Amino acid sequence: MNSPHEEMWKKLGLNIDSHNALLQVLGGAYGDIYLNQKNRPKGMEYFDFVLSEIHGQRIQELLDEQAAGRKIIGSYCVFVPEEICLAGNASLVGLCSGADFAMEEVEKLLPRNTCALIKSTFGFRLGEVCPYLESADMIVGENTCDGKKKAYETLGTILPKNNLYVMDIPQMKSVEGRALLRGEYVRFIKAVEELTGVTITVESLREGIRTVNTKRAAMHRLLKLRAADPAPISGLDALLANQVFPSDNPARFTDSVNNLCDELEKRIEAKEGAFPAKTPRILISGCPMAVPNWKLPAVVESSGAVIVGEESCVGERNTRNQIDDSGTTIDELIDALTDRYFKVDCAVFTPNNDRLQHIKEMVKAYNADGVIHYGLQFCQPYLMESIPVEKALEDAEIPCLRVETDYSMEDMGQLKTRVEAFIEQLQ
Amino acid sequence: MSGGKFAGIDIGSRSIEFVIVDDNGVVLCSQQRDTGFDPVCEARELVAQYPHDLLMATGYGRSLCEVEFDCPTVTEIKAHAKGAHASISGASAILDIGGQDSKAIALYASGKVKKFEMNDRCAAGTGKFLEIMATNLGFPLDTFGDAALEAQEEINISSMCTVFAESEVTSLIARGADRKAIARGLHYSVIRRAAGMINRISDSGDIIFTGGVAKNRCMTTLLAKHLQRRVLIPEDPQAIGALGAALLAMESTSG
Repeated sequence: MNSPHEEMWKKLGLNIDSHNALLQVLGGAYGDIYLNQKNRPKGMEYFDFVLSEIHGQRIQELLDEQAAGRKIIGSYCVFVPEEICLAGNASLVGLCSGADFAMEEVEKLLPRNTCALIKSTFGFRLGEVCPYLESADMIVGENTCDGKKKAYETLGTILPKNNLYVMDIPQMKSVEGRALLRGEYVRFIKAVEELTGVTITVESLREGIRTVNTKRAAMHRLLKLRAADPAPISGLDALLANQVFPSDNPARFTDSVNNLCDELEKRIEAKEGAFPAKTPRILISGCPMAVPNWKLPAVVESSGAVIVGEESCVGERNTRNQIDDSGTTIDELIDALTDRYFKVDCAVFTPNNDRLQHIKEMVKAYNADGVIHYGLQFCQPYLMESIPVEKALEDAEIPCLRVETDYSMEDMGQLKTRVEAFIEQLQ
Repeated sequence: MSGGKFAGIDIGSRSIEFVIVDDNGVVLCSQQRDTGFDPVCEARELVAQYPHDLLMATGYGRSLCEVEFDCPTVTEIKAHAKGAHASISGASAILDIGGQDSKAIALYASGKVKKFEMNDRCAAGTGKFLEIMATNLGFPLDTFGDAALEAQEEINISSMCTVFAESEVTSLIARGADRKAIARGLHYSVIRRAAGMINRISDSGDIIFTGGVAKNRCMTTLLAKHLQRRVLIPEDPQAIGALGAALLAMESTSG
């Protein structure tokens, strides 16, 4: 089947055969996992459409903007501020890293015992199947975990446009740590200005902050509605909105999330849900789930439980906390921006007690019955933290299951048994 | 349901167990056969042969049964907790080592599941590991444990991976090591792994040992010695999952 976008993909240098294979797998998985769900809100149609056109129409849109002079910046991490990109007349897009691809090629460049997310980043580049990566004018890497930090050294050598920019990230929530992050944001502003030729002003930065604040507020509205029983939306659908968050047009995304929320409010009033009332409720906590990584949520929600929150970078860690936009100078706005991002409780920080606290708060806020801690195999920071997380939850008498897995399907049987047994425990 | 008969079927990777209880939970029938390559066919025969009112399936093949017999299912975690607690009360944890998986389950005093651990993807530290090693050393599986217990010394085996352990054993044999001592070392390596799982979820109290590996005397002896805790073996340790499923079927009808 010929896609209307094939010309565009060819121009971007994508490997058409591999890319078609990827889209076919993606479409199949999406049909099985998403479209088979019962009682979906009508507002999800927008997200179904976005996903079906995630490598098509959205790319065309970005390329049209690019032709008109706007730049595209790709990122792999929630520490890269979209506000700064928008202020500099650039779009920020999240880059693909949620599926295994071209693994034999990847393992020529990375040790086999590298987490699936990092391997996927390389797989999408080496397989030439990520149109976001190929079209981006600048790729931002960031020094979060050691795996990513060192992998970027190699990634830099295989980017066709040689356009990797690396941002340093502090590891401690100290005065010095904050100063480091602030300094990196000042440096990033300069880099964006150099890339786009646009000077970032108080007005444009404030505008960028407002746009992203509104987007985060809409997402937060959605997340809070999930506290209702019956849950008005499945965890899979809410995850999809979180996954689309970094790639879609911000204003359109915000409107669509708000429309969805209007519908969910009516559902809650009518006591309608995606699952029946009293369905066991689970909070997922840990590593991010990038598109199309739906493995664990699909297992959970086909085993008789509903996911009511994601304590994750593709979830609440990315969408909570607003930025104060009242500053009247660039310095004040940068301070406010730094304050927001410095609250991100990624497991690369030490110590990281805020995260423990936040997980417990989320359990309470979303009426969760238990927590599944999701760790990607070989992700040291989150796997290390999963043990104190489990301990803290047990002390608070909150059931917790630690799961360690990757993107492959070989452990599906064990995973399903574990998850089902955990759900039985909650009943 | 007065006069009712409740069946539980546990489809494991190596064997299928089938148990029927009456409405007081008394075992009326207990059957076992190899899983083979067509577990559904084996299960169909068992289910047809022994009439019952309600069936509950567990084990890795439970979803096959769900489709075949349109019956409810339960995980092997919950089924083992139920079956073990009904057989021996008062224990704080269960260790189940089956053909290709192992699990440790911590229990509340009521017998409910408090916490559990399972082995990950491979069969290291399970019955399959011991079976392969017994063959390598030329012992029949049912006397492997006894031979290991007779060993005068114990040779430390460091590999837990079946493939690596095989080559470790081969080189020990080549060096002329006593095969009973190697056998004991192999048992001990499984114990260390199992003990690690138990210790993560439960730190004191009696342990109920279930699954086919619980029939191995060396395993039970070494486990008790290593953990310094009492290890209790139910009468038919392999049938505990099926018994639990049958009891859960019984309870499901009593409101």
